[in-house]
Amino acid sequence: MSVTEKIKERFEGRITDWHEHSARRAYFSIKPPDIKEVANFLFKELGLRFAIATGQDTPQGIEILYHFSDDKTGQIISARVLIEDKKKPQIDSIAPLFVAAEWIEREMWELLGINFIGHPNLKRLLLADEWPEGKYPLRHNHES
Amino acid sequence: MSHKVIIPIGPYHPLQEEPEFFRLYTEGEKVVDIDIVIGYMHRGIEELAEHKHFDQVAFLVERICGICSSSHPYAFVLAVEDIMGGEQNVVPERALYIRTIVDELQRLHSHLLWLGLAGHFIGYNTVWMWAWKYREPILEVFEMICGNRNHYAMSKIGGVRRDIRDMDIPVLKKTMDDLVPAVDMFKGAVMDDPVIQARLKGIGVLTREQAIEWAVVGPTARASGVNIDIRRDDPYGVFDKIDWNVIVEKDGDVFAKTKVRILEMYESINIIRQCLSKMPKGEIDANIKDVPPGEGIGRVEAPRGECFHYVKSDGTNRPIRHKIRAPSYMNVASNKVAAVGGTISDAAITLAAVDPCYCCTERLIVLDKATDKKLMNGWDLIRLSQEKTKKMQEGRL
Repeated sequence: MSVTEKIKERFEGRITDWHEHSARRAYFSIKPPDIKEVANFLFKELGLRFAIATGQDTPQGIEILYHFSDDKTGQIISARVLIEDKKKPQIDSIAPLFVAAEWIEREMWELLGINFIGHPNLKRLLLADEWPEGKYPLRHNHES
Repeated sequence: MSHKVIIPIGPYHPLQEEPEFFRLYTEGEKVVDIDIVIGYMHRGIEELAEHKHFDQVAFLVERICGICSSSHPYAFVLAVEDIMGGEQNVVPERALYIRTIVDELQRLHSHLLWLGLAGHFIGYNTVWMWAWKYREPILEVFEMICGNRNHYAMSKIGGVRRDIRDMDIPVLKKTMDDLVPAVDMFKGAVMDDPVIQARLKGIGVLTREQAIEWAVVGPTARASGVNIDIRRDDPYGVFDKIDWNVIVEKDGDVFAKTKVRILEMYESINIIRQCLSKMPKGEIDANIKDVPPGEGIGRVEAPRGECFHYVKSDGTNRPIRHKIRAPSYMNVASNKVAAVGGTISDAAITLAAVDPCYCCTERLIVLDKATDKKLMNGWDLIRLSQEKTKKMQEGRL
């Protein structure tokens, strides 16, 4: 059974969208409350490597793509969540599950203003100490 | 009774080429904890990329790093080509070979650079001088092919910007032939030297479990027994058409990391030689005009590990999101476990063993001390460099 089949079986009914762009690139969408369970399954049970996460500000809300790499097949499987509340976006931190996610969550917190609940060390990574509070460089003003 | 002393290394320190700040918590000689502070080089390139058109972004990301300056544009164009159906379906075959050759030349010069710095860090300055001496002919080859020692500007969406000319090929082959005895010498001088072994074995160990937990990449992972290499696992260029080996070591110490890099140089030479003999004639550019909407991921095995680019396009001439993850992002964080438990005197080489990405983009002004008058500025240097490139191309040098 392939890795993608295992994910589909395990989270049946909870995956809202599955898109295979090519043989080595797959994307699927889940609801934000499921992220911890999905990340744990992909990293710990399937043994995928956590490559990085991409946070982005879209007109629909704040989106996070968690990219996992299956180094046996060369496939990248990206789990997509959409946080609709742009005023106070928050989601469970996956850093307590595996330490590799610690820095990127700090980065998304300071650049996009996403609160990662349960992060062990949520402080600035890249921005200077003098940078004003509440200003998020990667946020867009979609109205204008 | 414990008495903790904090030793700061950085953000500006004679041993570091780039600003980064390590706060070592020590008890006696022993490092008990470490705080890593980065961000001194943050230039907002991801945000900047959203304001450039696709062709400009390739030049922009090249400037992330002066050492991996083939990896970043390559990973970026792979991401864009992923949107369009994949590199193999878009790019002419000859261009794939040229991309592979430049990628491996870059690995050679980068590994030699690291080897020199590592020698310097442990006080073995002879290795430093040797390594940089043998790195020099590779930079000359770069200048011959690309017109620049760093910042090669080769990869573009749909192909490469310039061809490797027939007259360059004998020079490239000779440079590879001359490099083999040099690497042999490093193998002897570093790997078989009992003093180096005593200094580097068992130092800064990252176990296999820790390497997986911290998701490290590249030689840092391979030295800890994690058998990953993007060139083999998610092949790009012509790496799947070439016969070569992934170097994996088990011990996870600084010595294993050194060994992986030295042995990888043989593989790079091997790859370049095979590419030169197999490279077909033909077009080097598919002349792509538009990027369709969609999202793509490109990744290459940079000298330090997987370089990851994610690009989202909405069909206009600019990306709407461009996420970049350089390999050091994962590797530097793992110093938290590699350096803790060791002694203070081992910290410098342990912190350097992941080969953190140093920028070699210094600028130079020559001043007349008496009058403070500028004798030479950036433009003079560019003119000098262009004259030299022209001479090399005409075979006058």
